[in-house]
Amino acid sequence: MNKIITAEFLATDIKRFVIEAPKIAAKRKAGQFVIVRTDQTGERIPLTIADSNIEQGTITIIVQGIGKTTKAINQLNTGDFFLDVVGPLGKPSHIENFGTAISIGGGVGAAIAFPTAVALKEAGNHTIVINGARTKDLVLLETELKEVADEVYITTDDGSYGYHGFVTQKLQELIESGTKIDFVLSIGPIPMMRAVANTTKPYGIKTVVSLNPVMVDGTGMCGGCRATVDNKTVFVCVDGPEFDAHLVDFNLLTKRNRTYNQSEKAALEKHLCNYDKVFSDALVEELVNQ
Amino acid sequence: MPVLTKKERMQIPRQPMPEQAPLERNKNFLEVNLGFTEELARMEAQRCLQCPKPVCVEGCPVGVQIRDFIKLVGEGDFLGAAAIIKEDNALPAVCGRVCPQEEQCEARCVMSAKHDAVAIGRLERFVSDYEREKIGIRTPQVKPKTGKKVAIVGSGPAGLSCAGDLIQLGHDVTVFEALHEIGGVLIYGIPEFRLPKNIVKAEVDALKTLGVEFQTNAVIGLTDTIDELFENGYHAVFIAVGAGLPYFMNIPGENFNGVYSANEFLTRVNLMKAYKFPEYDTPVFDCKNKNVAIFGGGNTAMDAVRTAKRLGAKNAYIMYRRSEKEMPARLEEVHHAKQEGVEFVFLTNPLEFLGDENGWLRGVKVQKMELGEPDASGRRRPVPIPNSEYRTDLDMAVVAIGNGSNPIIQKTTPDISYNKWGNILVDEATMKTSKQGVFAGGDIVSGGATVILAMGAGRTAAKAINNYLTNSEAR
Repeated sequence: MNKIITAEFLATDIKRFVIEAPKIAAKRKAGQFVIVRTDQTGERIPLTIADSNIEQGTITIIVQGIGKTTKAINQLNTGDFFLDVVGPLGKPSHIENFGTAISIGGGVGAAIAFPTAVALKEAGNHTIVINGARTKDLVLLETELKEVADEVYITTDDGSYGYHGFVTQKLQELIESGTKIDFVLSIGPIPMMRAVANTTKPYGIKTVVSLNPVMVDGTGMCGGCRATVDNKTVFVCVDGPEFDAHLVDFNLLTKRNRTYNQSEKAALEKHLCNYDKVFSDALVEELVNQ
Repeated sequence: MPVLTKKERMQIPRQPMPEQAPLERNKNFLEVNLGFTEELARMEAQRCLQCPKPVCVEGCPVGVQIRDFIKLVGEGDFLGAAAIIKEDNALPAVCGRVCPQEEQCEARCVMSAKHDAVAIGRLERFVSDYEREKIGIRTPQVKPKTGKKVAIVGSGPAGLSCAGDLIQLGHDVTVFEALHEIGGVLIYGIPEFRLPKNIVKAEVDALKTLGVEFQTNAVIGLTDTIDELFENGYHAVFIAVGAGLPYFMNIPGENFNGVYSANEFLTRVNLMKAYKFPEYDTPVFDCKNKNVAIFGGGNTAMDAVRTAKRLGAKNAYIMYRRSEKEMPARLEEVHHAKQEGVEFVFLTNPLEFLGDENGWLRGVKVQKMELGEPDASGRRRPVPIPNSEYRTDLDMAVVAIGNGSNPIIQKTTPDISYNKWGNILVDEATMKTSKQGVFAGGDIVSGGATVILAMGAGRTAAKAINNYLTNSEAR
């Protein structure tokens, strides 16, 4: 059982939890993740560790309520408990002084990329952050990122805040304006990570993405999280989660991540009914397809 | 009961195991075998000849005093019999269900020469169930505390049997488990219908009563390294992490949706209880009215195919590249699978999985095989028959061809010796590794084997760890 020290919404459906986990706090490095479970019937949910505090023995995770289980997690509050938290899992990010490094986060990935941005800065990089959101209300951690990074660009799809457009358009502008870029890390939805990979590939910029496949145990035991990288099968939980973006088969990743769409839709519908709330079919559809 | 002559004993037939009807049980997850009644147990026990030199015991990896416990069963002293078994076996209700007795104790039974062997496994199961149901599992006396602490890595059969022995010898024992439940393969691998989880839990609870501590969600190698366990005050470490890295066949299409490793399929269903979805949140492929094939011929393949059948599969196939004779699965499992409507497709090797544009499995291209000369395993090697390829429609496939060794400990503890497959090298008499104070046993040493062999390794290690701790070689 791990106690929730603070729980706060950063944006609609995106909640930040600081939880007691002293061992993981002491051990974890940027890029690693935990698996959490809320109750006896719950799924095991992998979540990137967004921050930690060794003195206080806490780690920070950020959860986007999409499916039944993540929505249930987001009902938890300060003082509640996670039933299980296991980690730190996966390999740490490979951080070095590349020169100029760009950390690109989209959606909840903007928050997840935060620790890597910190690590890149600490390693001596000129650190640029591009943080993308659909709309102004969904922009995450702008203040925190500005304290850390040398340059921060916020993009919104609808132009309601910051740069009007996608993160890749901003990235393309930076490349074309002659900014010398040595390293790009991208965390977010698969289409965004794929677009970033496609943007940097012609310029040969070293680019890393953090993959988010379906997982069960997180220790290499089940092979459910397998992906194809450089035409070879990898287990993301132990071989990753970070891989060379130019070698990842994003098509396969997209398809595999849809394996349980139908089941999850059914579970979510049931869950929403259980909560006795009125959700339109269209909204359920949107939640499931997010 | 009257005292029977040897001849009279030999004339009693081996008592059958009462079981759920095949076409009923293939639709539920309740236990298939129902267990002996008291009458059946006493009748079966009468068949034991009470040999002066009980060779059956030599066939038992943990050395249960088989003759002596069966004698008490014959006399109706079931609780006495249970106590005898527990002197040597920390998990008797588990072993009575999943041990391959026909290859071990029962294979040595002198009755098997001319008649059928005494049903030792069924009797073991009966007495341990009897004790648990009538009075609850009794725990033996524990020796005075030695002040020594042992860390056991992995809570499967090897870890639990080692823990059971060491705690009784007076050592403090902590078992570290990566998952959220205790039991390892007994929980995530073996299905409910073969080994009900409440039985595993009861036997684990008995170890807790003895004083064994369990820490779930602890991935040794990541959460703590082996060296850190010593820094944290443990005097010895037993590594029993199992063979937790599923092999795939490395054929095209293996990453289509609907292709699982046996580990994933079974973990979703057993540990995460996907068969109760959506009451439980974790889903598994919806097998209802679908065509399902399991590739492999071991016990895990049988568990997977029978699980798929219970999830509603229309056609559930075992596809195996050798013939029935070479299948490593227990006869009982094969027999049960056949009764439940599983179709066996022998001498058939998959070449490629076929899928649709959305990435879903739609079929498999296979090739017929014939048996050639014996290979290194002594079994006749399957050889492809030219131009014998054909396609079978499939919606789900499970690859059940075994497991390699999980690399997490090796990566963080390079100063233990491993073979080229990542198995830990040990002195087989003591299970000692090349690192001081570190012992290892079970599938991480032997490669994929059985529950009872892992338990045997756990006992051997417990003995050696006790020597190590009491001879104060410990740092």
